[in-house]
Amino acid sequence: MDLNYSPEETVFRDEVRAWLKDNLPDELRDKVVNYEELTKEDLLRWQKITAERGWGAPDWPEEWGGTNWTIVQRHIFEEECGHAGCPPRIPFGVSMCAPVLHQFGTQEQKQRFLPDMYNGDVFWCQGYSEPGSGSDLASLKTSAVREGDSYVVNGQKIWTTWAQYADWIFCLVRTSTDFPKRQQGISFLLMDMNTPGISVRPLMLMDGGHEVNEVFFDDVRVPAENLVHEENDGWTVAKYLLGHERLGTGNTGASKREVLRLKELAAQQHKNGKPLIDDPRFRDRLSRVEVELMALEITNLRFLDQMRGGRAPGAEVSLLKIRGTEIQQALTELMLEAVGPFAQPFRSLHATDFDQHTASIAPRYCNYRKTSIYAGSNEIQRNIISKASLGL
Amino acid sequence: MNFDYSEEQQLLAQSIRQFLTKEYTFAARQAVIESDQGYSEQVWATFAEMGLLGLPFASEVGGFGGNAVDLMPVMEAIGDGLIVEPYLASVGLGGQFIARGGSQAQKQEILPALVTGQCKLAFAQTEREARYNLAHVACRAEKTENGYTLEGEKCVVLHAPCADKLIVSARTAGQTTAADGISLFVVDRSAPGVTLTSYRTIDNLRAADMRFAGTVVPAEALIGQEGQALPLIEAVVDYATALVCAEAIGAMQFANDTTLEYLKTRKQFGVPIGSFQALQHRMVDMTIICEQAKSMACLACVKADSADADERRRIISAAKIHIADACRHISQEAVQLHGGMGMTEELKVSHTFRRLTMIAQTFGDADHHLERFAACG
Ligand SMILES: Cc1cc2nc3c(=O)[nH]c(=O)nc-3n(C[C@H](O)[C@H](O)[C@H](O)COP(=O)(O)OP(=O)(O)OC[C@H]3O[C@@H](n4cnc5c(N)ncnc54)[C@H](O)[C@@H]3O)c2cc1C
Ligand SMILES: Cc1cc2nc3c(=O)[nH]c(=O)nc-3n(C[C@H](O)[C@H](O)[C@H](O)COP(=O)(O)OP(=O)(O)OC[C@H]3O[C@@H](n4cnc5c(N)ncnc54)[C@H](O)[C@@H]3O)c2cc1C
Repeated sequence: MDLNYSPEETVFRDEVRAWLKDNLPDELRDKVVNYEELTKEDLLRWQKITAERGWGAPDWPEEWGGTNWTIVQRHIFEEECGHAGCPPRIPFGVSMCAPVLHQFGTQEQKQRFLPDMYNGDVFWCQGYSEPGSGSDLASLKTSAVREGDSYVVNGQKIWTTWAQYADWIFCLVRTSTDFPKRQQGISFLLMDMNTPGISVRPLMLMDGGHEVNEVFFDDVRVPAENLVHEENDGWTVAKYLLGHERLGTGNTGASKREVLRLKELAAQQHKNGKPLIDDPRFRDRLSRVEVELMALEITNLRFLDQMRGGRAPGAEVSLLKIRGTEIQQALTELMLEAVGPFAQPFRSLHATDFDQHTASIAPRYCNYRKTSIYAGSNEIQRNIISKASLGL
Repeated sequence: MNFDYSEEQQLLAQSIRQFLTKEYTFAARQAVIESDQGYSEQVWATFAEMGLLGLPFASEVGGFGGNAVDLMPVMEAIGDGLIVEPYLASVGLGGQFIARGGSQAQKQEILPALVTGQCKLAFAQTEREARYNLAHVACRAEKTENGYTLEGEKCVVLHAPCADKLIVSARTAGQTTAADGISLFVVDRSAPGVTLTSYRTIDNLRAADMRFAGTVVPAEALIGQEGQALPLIEAVVDYATALVCAEAIGAMQFANDTTLEYLKTRKQFGVPIGSFQALQHRMVDMTIICEQAKSMACLACVKADSADADERRRIISAAKIHIADACRHISQEAVQLHGGMGMTEELKVSHTFRRLTMIAQTFGDADHHLERFAACG
């Protein structure tokens, strides 16, 4: 057992770190670190910058721009990005739709969609959830009926993150109700958001932010060539994708950055005339989260090491998702407590001076409750471990 | 021993509940929080008519002489309906300073107007580095020939934007955290030298950071004895803490009721999600926690005015520790069990979540009260 990075890996880490230092624009970093809302341009801009360096999609096949990094190198890259305060990779294109296209897409589909994703020219969103189908995704009802060389789509998606920015959406739709199992009869379909009949309605979250939407489909005609994989076998695609989606939810790099930020914050706050960080009650709780994070990071590496042999991610990604989100939430909660009375101010009524710094902390705490709900709720993740790993 | 509300208390609780369901609906509240003022004059007038504003005050000023327990049903209703009007600030804090420590003239000037809804109050205490320490007062009051001049800053003064008068703590002697030397003053919000930076809070109240720059007040503005205000501040804040515990009960009970309803009606996998044992046990724990919290809120209100200050401190802190933990637990679980819907602005439970989040830290978080509880021996 050797838990250290090899000399080559250390060299690689330093290279990534130096590159990020020179290439991550301050404006983007500041927005991320101060919890400001990122625009479509911000998100695409970062994709473009990484693409120019050839790091736009490390885990893609090399012929499409992948880096052929080892699993450890990929981990190092993600960690360093999180730590440096990079904008999140827009997950829906490069990390979600692309793996599907690599695995199931035709040569034409790859040619048509992958380069635009890589270069940050096209913004994607994910249309899975419906009002009646959240945890029970396979019950989805949005229908696509084949008419000639088109599908006609009717129905509704909900919770669609950044649909207001999106140029394209990948959807799970029902193409048949004639099968005995609900998982059958589902298909994976790509749609241009500008197609007539698609409309987007914002859903405001409790932190006042607009990140999710309802998307309505009213007789939307989609070319049949936008079907990925076989008609009625979209569930195979969906399951493949869910494995990938959860792989990225541990977010230990970003959490490490938040720990540092929390320490800075707690050093600035005062309790009984001393910095809050010197208060044993507070410090113990902070340390516990730090230790949890350390355990998660090593667990993450241990799993990655097991996957080095080429084994597909299994139920262990559920563990990473549960623990990763619990840690993220614990950190937002400690921030809230650290600033004490200053957690309460939210929005200025006049454009006068106002402490935006602490005012962003409570909304962030509110917003991060989402992490244990989305990408498969933590209850569903526990069900998966219970069934798949423990045989219960 | 008797945990029942008296007949009057029950009647009052009933009439408030009626008011809530008829007039203070979630939609009506939305309109209020989005209005310029952020509260409703009409609701405030109704509170006056219902006698709520006079509940704890003496009959000489138009009140009913109630104790903290008499206010429990009101506070529970405020928590349930997420009422944003400045009840706690005016009746639970501001009015208490006058009633307990004010001169005859101050009582006559302020309390009848408070009871009839003509005068709203706010308590300006918190400062930048004070955290929850009530003795931390850097704001200064310099004695002059005819009165005092106030100089300094106060932060997160809840309901200051709508208050007619402020109760301001300021130091007339001693170092920033000394127990001696703190005085209380009644200050007109619109007095020269008073400036406000107003904002909305995360739980949709209004508040302000305040500056006092050469604010002149007459000698009669002093509440009680010069330099001796800390015991009064502590007593009133403990009283208000008991009340906010009762408010939390109303909010937690709503969170539990609405979550239970959701578990019974939301279907996934062809069955109500409440049929999953993983969620049943979560709901059971929320119920247990709420019951325990209710007991602690009762205890806090019964002892809020205990003559034994040590007993009062110990019990108020115990209640606040318990309620702070309960607020966190129940609010987080309520959102989680609602799935995505729990995150939305349009569902009341997310508003209850925010209020409970803030109550957990109001007048001191669990850490603060653990320290105080332990210090009581
Ligand atoms: C901020 C945000 C962004 C999102 N972005 C997207 C997106 O871009 N695209 C997209 O398609 N979706 C997105 N989602 C949707 C997300 O995937 C769903 O919210 C999630 O799957 C839960 O579904 P639901 O909200 O309908 O809750 P429900 O499924 O109704 O669940 C309610 C509660 O019941 C629990 N529960 C349900 N079934 C079980 C069970 N069998 N055992 C135990 N407990 C159970 C859940 O864990 C939850 O606590 C997003 C959600 C949020 C909040
Ligand atoms: C010290 C002691 C004194 C006792 N005294 C008495 C006595 O005086 N009279 C008497 O009649 N019995 C007595 N019992 C027995 C006791 O009632 C049983 O142990 C108890 O009912 C559990 O049954 P079990 O041991 O068969 O465990 P099981 O029923 O096999 O349970 C095993 C585990 O599964 C859990 N479990 C079981 N069913 C469910 C479910 N539906 N949902 C969720 N979890 C479940 C249990 O909580 C437990 O953790 C005593 C037991 C002990 C240990």
